[in-house]
Amino acid sequence: MLTRRIIPCLDVIRGRVTKGVRFQNNVDLGDPVEIARRYYEDGCDELVVYDITASAERRATDLEMVARVARAVRIPFAVGGGISSVADMARALAAGAEKVSVNSLAVQRPEVIAEGARAFGSQCVVLGMDPVSTADRARCPSGYEITVRGFRERTGLDAVAWARRAVELGAGEIVVNSVDADGTRQGFELTITRAIAEAVPVPVVASGGAGCARHLRDAFIEGRADAAIVAGILHTGVTTIPALKAELAAMGIPVRT
Amino acid sequence: MLRPPEPPRPPVIAIVDYRAGNLTSVRLALDELGRESVITSDPTAIAAAERVIFPGVGAAGAAMRNLAELGLIEPLRRAVAGGRPFLGICLGMQILFDRSEEDGGVATLGLLPGRVARFRPNDPRDKIPHMGWNRVRFVRPHPVFEEMPAEGFFYFVHSYYAAPARAEHTLGVSDYAGGEFCAIAGAGNVIATQFHIEKSGPLGLRMLDAFARWDGRAAPAGARPC
Repeated sequence: MLTRRIIPCLDVIRGRVTKGVRFQNNVDLGDPVEIARRYYEDGCDELVVYDITASAERRATDLEMVARVARAVRIPFAVGGGISSVADMARALAAGAEKVSVNSLAVQRPEVIAEGARAFGSQCVVLGMDPVSTADRARCPSGYEITVRGFRERTGLDAVAWARRAVELGAGEIVVNSVDADGTRQGFELTITRAIAEAVPVPVVASGGAGCARHLRDAFIEGRADAAIVAGILHTGVTTIPALKAELAAMGIPVRT
Repeated sequence: MLRPPEPPRPPVIAIVDYRAGNLTSVRLALDELGRESVITSDPTAIAAAERVIFPGVGAAGAAMRNLAELGLIEPLRRAVAGGRPFLGICLGMQILFDRSEEDGGVATLGLLPGRVARFRPNDPRDKIPHMGWNRVRFVRPHPVFEEMPAEGFFYFVHSYYAAPARAEHTLGVSDYAGGEFCAIAGAGNVIATQFHIEKSGPLGLRMLDAFARWDGRAAPAGARPC
């Protein structure tokens, strides 16, 4: 049976892993390579490394860091931040990433998804999205609107419609990072996660709000997610990957042990 | 017909580059094992290598066109016919078979008898591609996994799977989309994994290490025939 994936997310600013709530009050948590290696040894299933200030600083992804992470782990990892073209994707993949994640820049220029999928295959192209709940059902029938630039800007795009369009263009996986839940540790936003998981044929990753194993279980069962991103509770030592997996296994969720 | 023995080769592993995906992680895994490797699309380098790894992601049609354009089809056939240890990974496994139904039907290398079909899940919750860690059971003994536990988790990313024509070519199986599929195939000096051995954590690394030490004979010395 295919197991549910647990994916630690490393938000990197100037070469250091940081964690904030809604991109604010960032705290230095350490070296991305050491942290990636530790989670790998702990049995995480995959990693995501976001160079979170690359886009804002209008620079490419920190490829030297990507290459060091690639040498440190023998599992797949995705790289996001600063990916705006097929050439950027090619460099990140050549540095050893398995997937590239596009977010704001794909909203600006959706064709980058199609170009990436043609060049490297859909399995390499992840669409990251940051939906926020909205009352404007006329514009966003799902009740969720896509934001960009670290939640700062609303786009008027309906989250489910954007997910469908991205998959048509060739996205092979969608990370649904809820703006409302991010950093709260109160659980994933299950409504939008499930709406997207049911709307697209590709795997969906729940992101934002992980506080305990129960939240992951809910994302997998109620949210229909194929994988879940975990950050703060691992970084600050509230729990560990083996502990999360043991609890999930006890709740009947298939996990890789 | 008896072939003259091949000359000894330096212990270099050729990773075949045919513009079909990311080869860096294969090389990094071999680096970690201390095995010298070269990423190459040069038939001479492939012919000179002690063993060959044939990776690949993407679509079968494009892969076959690239192999033809790069003049790699014959060198790959010779590598297999010469008895050298040969490892196919993911798409590199699928195109060893006769035919794939991808891209409207593609004739592939025909080095192993069988065809490649698309997963057709009945349950829409079984997403395509089959992406993530799934359990693989080793169903026939082979030197490349003789020291492994009877089963373990490996990392998959694929929408198509190989169906060997001969049951004895299925060495390992996994389950997805309501059925069992061939996760490891092999015959003679060829072994092929549908999963990404190079991204499958410590277990994948152990298997890759065993491949890097394998002499290309299918049955371990003194093993019972199965």
